[in-house]
Parts: sequence; structure tokens; C-alpha cells
Amino acid sequence: MSGEKDLEQLKKEAVAKAKAAALAKRQAMEASGTQKPLEPEKVGEEAPVSGDDADLAKQKAIAAAKAKAAAAAKAKAAAGGAEAPASDDEKAKAIAAAKAKAAAAAKAKATAGGADAPAGDDEKARAIAAAKAKAIAAAKAKGAAATAGDAAAPVEPEKPSPNQPYLDKYVKVIEENLGKGVIEEYYINKLSKDVPTLVVKKDFYFKIAQFFKYNEQLGFNSLTELHGSDFETYMEIYVHLFSYKTRQYVVLKVKLDRDDPTIDSLEPIWKSANWPECEAYDLLGIKFTGHPDLHRIMLGEDWVGYPLRKDYKPYDVEV
Amino acid sequence: MIRTEEMMLNVGPQHPSTHGVFRLVVKIDGEIITEARPVVGYLHRGTEKIAESLQYTQIIPYTDRMDYVSAMTTNYVLCHAVETMMELEIPDRAEYLRVITMEMSRMASHLVWWGTYLLDIGAVSPFLFAFRDREMILDMINELCGARLTFNYMRVGGVKWDAPDGWIQKVKEFVPYMREQLQGYHQLVTGNEIFMQRVKGVGKYTKEEAIEYGLTGPMLRCTGVKSDLRIDEPYSIYNRFNFDYVVEEGGDAWARYHVRLKDIETSLKILEQACEQFPENGEILAKVPKIIKAPKGETFVKIESPRGEIGCYIASDGKKEPYRLKFRRPSFYNLQLLSKLLKGENMANLVAILGSFDIILGEVDG
Amino acid sequence: MIEDLLQTSPGLYTFSIFFLLAVVFLLITLAFVCYGILAERKVMGYMQLRHGPKFLGGRFGLLQTIADVLKLLIKEDIMPRVIDKPLFIIAPVIAFAPSFMVLVTIPFTDKFQFADIGIGLLYYVAISGMTIVGIVTGGWASNNKYALLGSMRAAAQMISYEIPLVMSVLGIILLSGSLNLNDIVLAQKHGWYILLQPIGFVIFFFASFAELNRSPFDLAEAESELIAGYHIEYSGFRWAFFMLAEYVYLFAMSSLITVIFLGGWLAPFAFLDFIPGAVWFSLKFCFVIFVYIWFRTTMPRMRADHLMETGWKILLPIALANIFLTALIKSLFF
Repeated sequence: MSGEKDLEQLKKEAVAKAKAAALAKRQAMEASGTQKPLEPEKVGEEAPVSGDDADLAKQKAIAAAKAKAAAAAKAKAAAGGAEAPASDDEKAKAIAAAKAKAAAAAKAKATAGGADAPAGDDEKARAIAAAKAKAIAAAKAKGAAATAGDAAAPVEPEKPSPNQPYLDKYVKVIEENLGKGVIEEYYINKLSKDVPTLVVKKDFYFKIAQFFKYNEQLGFNSLTELHGSDFETYMEIYVHLFSYKTRQYVVLKVKLDRDDPTIDSLEPIWKSANWPECEAYDLLGIKFTGHPDLHRIMLGEDWVGYPLRKDYKPYDVEV
Repeated sequence: MIRTEEMMLNVGPQHPSTHGVFRLVVKIDGEIITEARPVVGYLHRGTEKIAESLQYTQIIPYTDRMDYVSAMTTNYVLCHAVETMMELEIPDRAEYLRVITMEMSRMASHLVWWGTYLLDIGAVSPFLFAFRDREMILDMINELCGARLTFNYMRVGGVKWDAPDGWIQKVKEFVPYMREQLQGYHQLVTGNEIFMQRVKGVGKYTKEEAIEYGLTGPMLRCTGVKSDLRIDEPYSIYNRFNFDYVVEEGGDAWARYHVRLKDIETSLKILEQACEQFPENGEILAKVPKIIKAPKGETFVKIESPRGEIGCYIASDGKKEPYRLKFRRPSFYNLQLLSKLLKGENMANLVAILGSFDIILGEVDG
Repeated sequence: MIEDLLQTSPGLYTFSIFFLLAVVFLLITLAFVCYGILAERKVMGYMQLRHGPKFLGGRFGLLQTIADVLKLLIKEDIMPRVIDKPLFIIAPVIAFAPSFMVLVTIPFTDKFQFADIGIGLLYYVAISGMTIVGIVTGGWASNNKYALLGSMRAAAQMISYEIPLVMSVLGIILLSGSLNLNDIVLAQKHGWYILLQPIGFVIFFFASFAELNRSPFDLAEAESELIAGYHIEYSGFRWAFFMLAEYVYLFAMSSLITVIFLGGWLAPFAFLDFIPGAVWFSLKFCFVIFVYIWFRTTMPRMRADHLMETGWKILLPIALANIFLTALIKSLFF
């Protein structure tokens, strides 16, 4: 019984702290326009690992709850919503929801990860679960906060991604060989299984792709995906490469001018880019220079318009 | 001097052995093919464009119709992409159901391939045997989710229907039965001299060519490359099962035949283990909101389908519909090799080579 | 019976008797074709773990083929505009007529044979070659390059397998000393030729698949192969004629195998003589047809170049070796 009361108290503390933090954050954002490292990491680091299992679990749960609350507030702030700071009830609800989620996650992990966790070590399992919940909350916050075009420097994550060294290596090799300024931005795409992503400049696209294939340090010998997207103000080509030597992925993106989307073809480098480029040409109207046989592969040569564009109007609307 | 001229032959969109509406324009000089140009797009239905105005759960039936022979894997890739973006934890029972149905779907797909390939080669009976066993699989899946071909079974966060009572027992009993049937298939077909003559050394390519052309799945593993997404980058709960790569050397249709049949055996192995480990009770759907909104950002995930690696790219701007949805379809990528492979080849081998690619036109055109 | 009729003086009476007998025989052959097709579908069905046709005419689908033939008869007679019309019409006839003609020499029992020709075996092989002319004519008259290619292939196949076919029976002729089918049957009183000429039997059997255009040599009529075959422009009853020719040939070839290798209407052991020859003939004949259907169900198709290779490079040398061996054995031991 007393434990519950303690919880209530701690909850209220968490609420107050989160509210204050959110306020401070919003102010900071409005002032500088950049994003500070997230709060949840501090919260996480604070929670000590104590011997008392109930206490530990509680604290972890509280940490998770705090992180969740902070994340929720952050999300609201990042979205620039004009809502007033959430009322007490909402906050409590959010925290309760987060707690429930953490508990469910913990339960799931406990039932599933029975083989992993050492026998009879419930608290450890619960700690792992709580930490995972926290990480999820943190990543979610990061995901919600990040937008498509990040700042030039990779955002410092609270837990560096395992692929960060790969990203650094690629950037280093490219910049050594082709000079600075060929890559527009680079980051780890946390939402996509931590794949290193490089957004490159149009003029250097072909050269960089060649580098990725032929350089021994990189050696990406397989192109697994290529497609285009229409982002209304610009078009984008997304290339997903795989290396059979190092078993690593990398993503290349390049932005194209929307009115006249032209780009070099990657077909001379990887044969598997042949048909995907035809498809991008067909459905989006992106022209690939140097492609041996660019034709409208899906729709046929007498189709009018490019369907996947956002402003596509079907030619025969009445049908 | 006899003047010979090249003849242009149209293996038209309607043809008994082109596995769907697929057109191949071949120029032949006597019996040798000088040029073969595949023409696709007869089954293009604009799934990607349609998906831009549908919620994620509404897109799932569309994925069924893309690779209609193994619809579970296509269902799963979409759900997996959204779940990766949302970083959801899937309940255990749901994961096991997913793995079981995906492996059953994989087996059904390989059985269809086996039956139709042999029908193209000229043997009429294996088709019937393959479809009989596939009926058993489809009956079981029918009991589970109500449909035989277009399942609409996976949801973001889990699956839609729970296994009825006694279903797992049926799956358990199917495994030894299918193993016996596989023995029978090998006895009937694999040792047949005529079959071997038609298939050995036909449609051969090297490891480097396979990687260059971006081939995946059995098309790649038949050259000796050990690459299976279920082992290399385990998704779902594949890391809990014990199975090995299915690799053959040779790179010809014979190797592809063996890879696919061994793939069935591997699926049976996984099925056995999954049934063993199946949790007694649990949730089948994680707690997700009614309307699923993927967070802002983009993702690209790949899983192993019977034809190769199927991938799903989602670019989302936080709304309930995806901003851009793209599927990386293995048959589309695999088919690029066809024109190169057919150049200089004997006309009689065309059907044998095309059949060994195992393409599904719904997937090629999307 | 027929022998006596042949001695009588020609006249309307004799002619009408001949005509009537021929018509009766034709009807019997057609009846065989009906039930042969049904047997094929049923046996193939059971081998593929399914029933064959079972709805028309009782539980065994006995009227199935008759219904199919009726359907084909009432179909529209489609003739493309750019064909060579006389050839188009006559091609099925040329294909079918020889198949019926070869049936006259076969001794079904010791009393029932239409024509006891001294060169029965040679007559059979010679006349059956005329069907190829009908096939090529059909392919040419269709004015369709794919039909022409298909018919050329079929012709090449059938011609090249005629040679091992004939060579393999030379051993039989050596042993029996006669081309007369009756004599060949009687010479098997002390042992069927399948035991005395196993190699010859095997070669003859395989060559006969190619002659009959059946699996594994059914390239000429395979729908899933690229070029659909010589009868692509034929529909309705004209197509049925080609199929009829094929099944009558099945009848003829099976009877021939029964006669020259399996002892015709002779009983396997002397004490079983009380069972009439017709029953023995039918049993052996049915067994041979069953094996043909069995092969069709099980074997995949051979590729065109493998087919020609097998015929010329494998079957022909073995047939020649067989002749040599038989001659050696005969001169040394008999």
C-alpha cells in the first residue's frame, strides 16, 4: 500500500518535472531553432540500479514514464502545435498508458526471453524490459522530432547506432577521394534498421556510385533497390546498395529538380538498375542519361502523363 | 547460297506456359534465339499509386494480389515496414502464427512452381500431385483465416485471426506427410533421365553475373552464394529456429530445381520447430491504435519470399496514409536477366529457362 | 472367310459384301477409339490420384467420348481466308486413310484377318509412312509459319524413327523367315519373340512412341511448347480427324506389337489353349495400350534435338547391332 502512495508521489514529481522541462525546451527551441540533446537520456542515466527489486522495477517504470511524458511533450513542441501545455489529466493518462505499455513489454519480454535471461532472475529481465521500453520511447521521440532534411552534422544519439562507424567510414572515404562538398548530408536512418544514408549532390551522384562499387574498402557490388519519389518541391532517387563482402547496406539519395528531372543512369555500374530506372522513367518521368534502353516499361509508349507524380490527372477522367 | 532471314516470334501475352500475361518478343534464326525482349506491364494495376490514398490496413489486401501465390510474405513485408517505423513489439503468439503461415505459404508457392514447371517440360502428372498437396496447405490456411489465396491475414502489430483448436496439431501432422511426399517427388522426377537432359546445363550463369544483376533468392543461391535473409538478418522470430542455408553449385536450371525443393524441406524443418515452440496462449495483436499512423520518416525493409528478397519502402509524413509506398519485387529484378540468358540459346530451351525463373506476373508488374 | 470371298468373281454382290464388312470394321475401330480415349483419360486420372470422366453414361463415364465427338461435329467449320483450300480439306483425309488401311493385314485370330498378304509387315510400315504426307500438307495448307514449322518437325521426327522401327523387326524376319504376319504368329508357338528378341523389342517400342507422337516424343502436338503444332488452324471435326488418325494408329501399332512380339492370338502355355484366341489377343493388346498410357502419364517430353539425337545416334546403331547378332545366332545355332 505504501508503495502505491510512493508511486503517486513520484508520478506527480515526474509530471511537474516534465512540464517544466517541456516549457524550457520550447523556449530554447524558439530561441535558437536547433534541437538540444534529449532529456530522456538524463532521466535514464539518473535512475540508479538498486538491489531492491521492487524499488528497481518501480524506478525503471518511473523512468520510462518520465521519458514517455517528455517524449510526448517534445513531440507536441516539435510539431509546433499551438496547444496549451497538457492538462494534468492528460499527462497522467499519458503516463499511465506508457506505464501499461512498459509493463506489457516487460511481460512479453519475460515470457519470450526466458531462454535469454538467466534463470530466476526476474528483476534483471524486468530491468532489461524497462530499459528497452525507455529506449523505445527515446527513439520514438527522436523519430518524431527528426524531419526529412536533417542538419549537416549527425545528431548525437543517446546510444550511438552500431552502424555509426560504417557511416563515418563511407563519408571519410568519399571525402578523401572526391573532396568535400559532394555529400549534402549524411545520417543514420533509425527508422529503417539503422541504415547509413547519404544524400549526395546531383553532379557527383554517378562518381560516388562508382566509388561505392569499385573501391576496395567499400565494395558494394549489388544494387538491391532503386526508385524515385515525388516530394512536390523536388524529386528524389533512392538507391539501396548491398555489399556481399562486408554484408552491409548503404542508402544513396539524390534530389532532383522537379520540372526537369534528369540524372545519370546507374546501369553501367550495376546491371540490376536497368528496369527500375525504366520504371521510374515511366511512372515519374525521371530521365536517366546513359541508360541503354529507356522505355516505358509498364504503361506503354502511348500513355499520357506520369502517374506517380502528385499532380497527375488521369487523361481520360470520365472513364 | 540459301538466303535465310530472321523470324520475329511473339510468345504472346496469352500463352499456356508463360505463367501469366507476359510477352516475349524473340528474334530467331533457325533454332537459335538472337534476341529476346521481354515486354511486361500487362498486369500493372497501379498499386503504389492507389496505396497513397489508403490507410495501411487497407493496403494489405492489395499486397495479397501482388504475389498471389505466396501472399503471406507480401502481407508481412508491408506490416514489417510499418512496424519497423513505429518500433512495435509484436506479441509472441502472433509472431509464431506469422512464421507458421509464411512458411506454409512458401511451401505452397514452391509446389505451384514445381507442378507448373514440370507441366511446361511435358510431364503431366506431377502437376496434379503438387496441387493435391497444396490443397492440404490451403485448407489449413483456410481454416485459419478464411481465404485460400488472398489471405489478408497480417495486421500491423500482429495477425487478425487466432488459430482454432486443433489447428496446430493439424500442422504438426502435415510435416511428416509432406516429407514423404517429397521423397515421392524425387523418385518420380528428379532421377528421370529425360528431365535431367532437359534441365542440366540449361540457363547457366555465374555467381558474379547473379550479383551484378541483383538476383536474390533461389536464383542467387543456385550459384553458390550463401544469402538468405532469414539467417543473415533475421526478422520476426527466425533467430529462434535452427536451419541452414540452401545452396547449390552450378547456376543452371537443375541447381535451381534442387534449391527450391530443398527450400521446401527447410520450411518443413522450421514448421516443426515453430509448432514445437508455439505458445499456449497470448495476444495476437499488439496494442496499436485503431488508425495506424507511421511516424514521419522513411524506411526500407526486406524479407525473404519464395522468389527472392521482397522489400517495402515507405515514406511517411505522419499521416495515416503513406506518402510514398514502393515494393521491391523480386520477380521484377530477377526477370532482367532473361534477355541476356536467352541470347544464343536454343529455342527449345526457352520454356525450360523461363520456367526456372519462377516469376509471378502480379509481382513483376505490381 | 475373306480369302474365299477374294476368289469369287467380281460383281455387285461381292462388292457390297466387302463394303459392308469394311463398314463394320470401321465401326468397330471407331468404337475402339471411343473407349481407347476414355481408357486413356481414366487411367491417367487414376494415376494422378483423381477419377477421370465419370458423369456421362454411368459411373465410368462410358458415353464421354461420344459426347465429345458430337460436340466436335456440331462446331462451326472455321476456315481461314488465306489458306490453300483443297489441300486444307484433303490433309486430314490423307492423314487418316493410311491408319485404317494398315489394319487389314493384322491377324486378330487365326480365322479373322482381312488380307493375308505375303508381305504384311512391309505393307504396314510402308503405308503408315503416308500419314506424314498428310501432316506436312496440313501444315503447309494452313498458311501459318508456326504450323509449317510444327509440321516440319513432326515429319522429321516420324521419318527419322521409321528407320530404327524397321531395322528392329529385321531380326524377327530373320528368325521367322517370312514377312507374312500369320507366319510370324505361328512361328512364335515355341516362344514369343519378346523373349527371343529383347533388344529388338525395346527399340521397336521406343520408336513406336515417336511414330505415334506420344509422350515422351509428343513434340508435334504439345500445347505448352512454343509452336503449337501442325493442327493449329484446324478446328472442329477436321481436328478430330487428326486425333482419330492418332488413335487408330495406336490401335494398329498395339496390334502389331501383339502380333510380332507377343505371340498374337496364341496362348502363353499349351494347356491354356481352350481359351479362344480372340481373348488372348485382346488381353495382350489391352496390356500394350496400358503401357502406352502409363508412359504418357509419367514421362516428361524430350527436347527436339535430343529426340533426333536419340533416334539417329542411339537407336539406329543398336538396331543394326541387333540384326548382326541375330544373324550370327541364327547361323550358328539354328
